[in-house]
Parts: sequence; C-alpha cells; structure tokens
Amino acid sequence: MEMPTPNPDVLRRKAVVLQRLLQVLPEDAVIHEPSETRAYECDALTAYKCPPMLAVLPATTQEVSDILRICNEEGVPVVPRGSGTSLAGGALPTADSVILGVARMNEVLEVDYDNRFIRVQTGRTNLSVTGAVEEDEFFYAPDPSSQLACAIAGNIAMNSGGAHCLKYGVTTNNLLGVKMVMMDGSVVEIGGAHLDSGGLDLLGVICGSEGQLGVVTEATLRILRKPEGARPVLMGFDDNEVAGHCVSDIIKSGILPVAIEFMDTLCIKACENFAHAGYPDCTALLIVEVEGSEAEMDYQLSKIIEIAKRHNPVELRESQSAEESAKIWLGRKSAFGAMGQLNDYMCLDGTIPVSSLPEVLRRIGEMSQDYGLPVGNVFHAGDGNMHPLILFDANKPGDLEKCEAFGADILKLCVDVGGCLTGEHGVGIEKRDLMHHQYTPADLEAQMAIKDVFDPNWLLNPAKVFPLDASESRRAARIAAE
Amino acid sequence: MNPKTEAELAEMVAGLKEPVRIKGGGTRGIAGPDVAIETSELTGITLYEPGALTLVAKAGTPVAEIEAALDAEGQQLAFEPMDHRGLVGTSGTPTIGGVVAGNVSGPRRVQAGACRDFLLGVRYVDGMGQVVKNGGRVMKNVTGYDLVKLMAGSWGTLGVLTEVSLKVLPKPEVSATLAVQAPDVTTGIAALSAALKSPFEVSGAVYDPNNACALLRLEGFAGSVAYRSDKLKSALAGFGDVNRIEQSDTLWAGLRDAANFHEESGDVWRISVKPSGAPEIAGRIQADRTLFDWGGGLIWALVPDGTDLRARLGAFDGHATIVRAEPETLSNLGRFQPETPGLSALTRGIRHKFDPRGLFNPGLMG
Repeated sequence: MEMPTPNPDVLRRKAVVLQRLLQVLPEDAVIHEPSETRAYECDALTAYKCPPMLAVLPATTQEVSDILRICNEEGVPVVPRGSGTSLAGGALPTADSVILGVARMNEVLEVDYDNRFIRVQTGRTNLSVTGAVEEDEFFYAPDPSSQLACAIAGNIAMNSGGAHCLKYGVTTNNLLGVKMVMMDGSVVEIGGAHLDSGGLDLLGVICGSEGQLGVVTEATLRILRKPEGARPVLMGFDDNEVAGHCVSDIIKSGILPVAIEFMDTLCIKACENFAHAGYPDCTALLIVEVEGSEAEMDYQLSKIIEIAKRHNPVELRESQSAEESAKIWLGRKSAFGAMGQLNDYMCLDGTIPVSSLPEVLRRIGEMSQDYGLPVGNVFHAGDGNMHPLILFDANKPGDLEKCEAFGADILKLCVDVGGCLTGEHGVGIEKRDLMHHQYTPADLEAQMAIKDVFDPNWLLNPAKVFPLDASESRRAARIAAE
Repeated sequence: MNPKTEAELAEMVAGLKEPVRIKGGGTRGIAGPDVAIETSELTGITLYEPGALTLVAKAGTPVAEIEAALDAEGQQLAFEPMDHRGLVGTSGTPTIGGVVAGNVSGPRRVQAGACRDFLLGVRYVDGMGQVVKNGGRVMKNVTGYDLVKLMAGSWGTLGVLTEVSLKVLPKPEVSATLAVQAPDVTTGIAALSAALKSPFEVSGAVYDPNNACALLRLEGFAGSVAYRSDKLKSALAGFGDVNRIEQSDTLWAGLRDAANFHEESGDVWRISVKPSGAPEIAGRIQADRTLFDWGGGLIWALVPDGTDLRARLGAFDGHATIVRAEPETLSNLGRFQPETPGLSALTRGIRHKFDPRGLFNPGLMG
C-alpha cells in the first residue's frame, strides 16, 4: 500500500509545531515521544503501520479549534481518530501528520425523550450512547460490530452501519446535527433537534466523509424506543442459491425483519467450533430476527417459517427463550473471532444487489481456488452487505499481497454486478485505489470538489478515500504553496 | 429545452449561454428564468427488484407511474411524498426527479425518514455539462462522499437529475388512526410526543388545532395494528377522549397535501422546529391557520400575503420555508431560510464548484 512521501519541511518543523500546540493544550494532551506516538501507528487494519509525528488528545471543542488552526497555519496534515477501530485504515497516520484523538470528549450533553434525541461529545463509544438511555427503554440504532469500542466520531466519519440497518438505517439516517470544527479552526453547527435542512443538506455530505471535511466534536443523534421484544429464527439450507431465494421471498412477502444474517459453510463450521451455538452442518445458514410484542413476533415468524419451509430447509429453529436467542446470535457475533482462530484474515465489505448473491458466492468460490486462499462469508443478506473473510498467513512471504489481490478482485466483482466497494467500513486506504473501478474521473472530481470547499489546503486526512493519482495535484499544490 | 437522453442533456448544458430553470413536472411552484430545461422525455422505470426493495427510474418518470408499479407488488415509497398541486395551484404531472430535488417527504417522515433517507443513488448533469453519478442501487454504500444526500433537496441548483435509485418498502397490510381530543396545542403536542416515544411504532403524528384533535396513525399487519392501537389508546387516555378511525387513507392524504389550506388565501409556510418547541413557536407567528405534523416538528402556517414570517419568528433553532406566495414575496423574503455565515460560505462554495457559471435556478437557494 503506497502512502505519500512525508513532507520534509513539516518533519523539520516538528519542534515548532509541538511548541505551539503546548501553548494551547495541557502537557498530558500532547504526545511527542516516539515511544508513545507508536500507540497511534495503526487502527484495526493492522497490516499497515506508521507512527505519526505527534498525537494530541483535546478535551474541548475550543482545543480542537486551536489545534486545527495551528496545524492549518503550519501546513501540517491532521488525521482525526475516534477509537481507532477502522478496518479500512481511516485513522492510519503518515509520518508528517498529527493524530487528533477525540477519546477525551465523551460526555453526554443532553438527553431529551420528548423530542427523541441525545446530544453527545463524539469520543463517546457507540454502545455507551445506548447505555445512557437504556434504563428508560430507549436505544441508539446503528450497531456496528465494534460498538463496544468504536466512537461516534468514527461512526459519523464512516457512516457506520450494523446488523439491524434493514429496519433502522445507518448512521446518516440517525444523525440529526453536528458541531464541527473546520480545518481553519472555525466552528460550524449544522442541524439539531429539528428535522431536515433548510438549505443544502451539508449534514448528509459530512456523514461518511472519512474525517476529510472537519472534526465533529458534538453530535445530536436520534434515539428510539426499544421494541417490546426481539426474537430470531435460524434456518439452514444445503444450497446458497436456495437460501438467497428464501431471503428474497421473505422480503417480497411484506415482512421487514430487523436483521437477516447469512453465513456460509466455512463460517458456520468455524463459529460452531468456537462458540458451540448448536449450528447445523449445512451450506448456508440464515438468522432472521423480528421485533414487536409476543403476538406480533409469533405472527411474523410463522409467516417467515412458512416461506422457509417452501425452500426445503435442512434446519428450522425458532427461538423459544431469551437464552436460545442469545445462543443463536452468539455464533454469528463471534464470527470474526472464530475465523481468527483458523488463521490471519482480511475482512472485506462490498455490497451487492441481493439478487446477485448466488452468482457472487459462486465466483468467490472459484477465485478462492485460483488464489489458493480459503474464504468464509458472513453477509447482511437483507441489504446485500457482504463480509468475505479471506484467510492467509501473515508470516508467509507473499501471502498478504496475494490476499490483497484476491480481495481487490472480490470488490471489483461487487461493483460489476451492480454493487459497491464498501457498504459500511469506508474506503480509507484499503479501497482507495479501487475507486477508479466504481467511479469515472468526473464522479471523483465532484467528490473532491467538496473537499476543496471544506479544506482548501487538503490537510485533513489527505491521502485517504481518493486514489493517490486522482488527488495528487491537490495535495502537491498544498506542499508547493508552503 | 427538452432533451431525449442524458447525453443530449449534457451537450445542451455545456452549450448554455444563459441561466435556466430546471423543470420536472412543474407542479411545485418554482419560478425562474423563462428558458427551462425539462425532464419530461427522460422517463421510465429502468430497474425494479421487489425482493431487493430497490427501484431505479429516470428523473422525469411520473410519481404516479412509480406508485402504480410499486402497488402491484404490495410496496410503496415509504416517505410519502406530497402532491403540491392543490396547495400551490399548479397543474402538470409530479415527477420522481422533482420529489428528490425537493426532498419532498410526508407525514411518515417522522417514523420512516425523509426522501433523502430512501435515496440510494443519483445520476445528474452538472453545470459544466458533465454526467456525474454517486451512490448506486444498493442499500448500504459508503464508497466515497455521499453526494446523494446533497442532491436531495438541492432543488436543481447543483445539477439536473437524470436518474434516481430508491429504497422502497412493503406497503402495510392495514392502517388505523387514533383521534385524541386535545383542547390546545400544548396538550396536543404532548399527546403526539407520548405516542412517538411509546414502543407502538406510530407512523403519523399530527395535531390539527382546527378540530382540536391529535391524530396518530398505526400501520402493519392486522393483528399487530389491533394490538398496538389498544395499547396506545389506553396510554393516551389521560390527554382526552380517544376514538379509533378505521378508514383513514383519505384523511392522511389530505394531511400530507395540506388540504386544509387549499381553499384559504394567503401565504403558506413550512417551519421545521424541535417538536416540543412548537407551541411556543406557534405563539410567536400568530398565523391564521396552523397544522402540526411530524409530532410537532413541522408547522404548516397560513399568514396574510406578504407577511415576513421570519421576522415574527426571530431567532430559533430550525428553518422556515415558503411553500406558496406571490413572486414578489418570494423574491423579497427568499423561499429558504438564510443560513449562518459559516454555512452560507460552504453552500456558496459547493454551488460554485457544481455550477460555476450559475446557470441552474439562479437565486433560488441563496
């Protein structure tokens, strides 16, 4: 993975930049010793590492503003960081960058049940947002797998999803407003407790902009009343295509489950060995979850089971208790850990039209043979978001490169069948150079034009999202100007 | 100008010398330069997969055609776009491109989301005459910046939409409405709020001061609606008498289209506010008639011709948009709420990038 050469002028001015930052931040908020900056050398895409020049941990919006203003004046790239759980390298530093971590800003600022929102500082973790309102039977809907650790700041940057977005949508559908610091240090407020924008929907473009437009320090989030109950049904099939048809038939029947999860043979076996969830030995496994009162769940599940039976399932198990529900989910939720026991793996995140599922799984199987690397598939089947997990051995020379090439081929396939490179993880550095496959130069130019407006010097997380060749002239213009 | 293909449109835009008005069905009362670019030849549903809940259509496709196709599969546009014709006094055929360009969303917005939340992808021609696509036709897509949301509600000022992809949803089996007699706005909004924070999935929450009545819609499978309406009825008993209305589709279509205002003369505004703030805001504006949708978060207000409603509002968290007024009022006051200087600079910057020659609907959005 190529990253731009660090700007020697910036590296040379490290002491000056450090001095200026220390004037606006407490000493313990500025990390400059190489032994300590190393803690920020990577995010959850651990294959790529590079310690930053400095890391700062502001505690207030004012401090964020001071940091950005100084870095803007000094021409120093800034890489914003939530909890560092990005699987796409969204928080990967460059050697000439300052990491701006928002972890110290984690307060709940306002909870308003009458208007159904919560306002938080964005260093707060996803799960602890729900934690703040759970006692009163409310929750925050987007639930990425990393929700125990990931920060709202990162969720907004990547427009994170989760298993339940078929019904509740992703971050952008649950974000009502932000306070954001621009690269020049100015602070803007967008949206709030009211709905929709009175002008252009800037909130919509900020969400998912991967920390390239500004640093969001406060967020107003929609909270929802918890449903009375939730219950899954597990079904096994001996054919991927049949499982795909079953998903489509459930959706066409008028039922909108909150989640439809799919796993293939390799994942089923790995999860079963790891979590002992009682999964059947089959080719394709579906977990379908519905919500509501007892009677509503009974009704929906009976319809779903009736549809499933038409597709000759090898296993059909409706949860009869909370323990059983937890067990059904346990296997799925431990999929990443279970696969990690088999070998190192790379987790992909393409989305495909649901109707292409059988074809895509067949092609992935063929590619797996060609590359000689096993792959397991977990899949948010209701919305087409796939997570192929390619197994490789990081210690075996050439395996990582082979895995990357295989992954790129899978993602291109997702685009070719009408889908996209990333459904919820973001582009980061991981899919950056594949963007040409999905977008024309004019498509990319329109997106980069947005960054030109928000961050004219291209200092915020500059080497991400866009192919390096596409963004080069803009990044070079900044360096030339210094 | 009425291009037959996207490519022809692109060529036309590249050759433009004067500003133009972007016109879908022309039903939403948007004025502008005499020369219009129309999308009435860019029509047709290009893809519909009921099992994937997705539909792709050319921008000029009539909304009615899309709704009929969805209806045949028991599905719908869940954001319930309003038909502006009755209110604005226009004729013509509402198009899906117009719905998207205006981010037009009805009562179900409070539960299901706005048009922008259902928009998966767009194709458009920018002010340089370039064809640009963003998003796609899948439900989860974070590949690059989300210009899809930006295009929704940009009223043609950033580009001419040529094709849109939408997420669709199953049509509910039945619906029922609870009518709560609530003597004043404060009680009415409190009743809406109590319903919306219950677990009973209210999909419409309107307070109509004319009838002193809070209306709450429940949708879904018959058994579920029966169960939830019983539960909600008891939960709301403290606010006033509660009655159940069985056939309420016409009622909600009227609320969606602000039918109560059609025959009344005067200007019509939409004000987006924090729902619990609605009673106080309503007090400030002294309107001749109001209707509170979105649990109080959307105030429809009728005021005498030419009234500067924003002056009456003063500073508030939200925005006020003119939906119907004389051209003079629109040009004096501006259709859209002026933005703060910081946001205004961003908006102008984006518009300059997308339409550097200022060709599309000039002056419409600041």
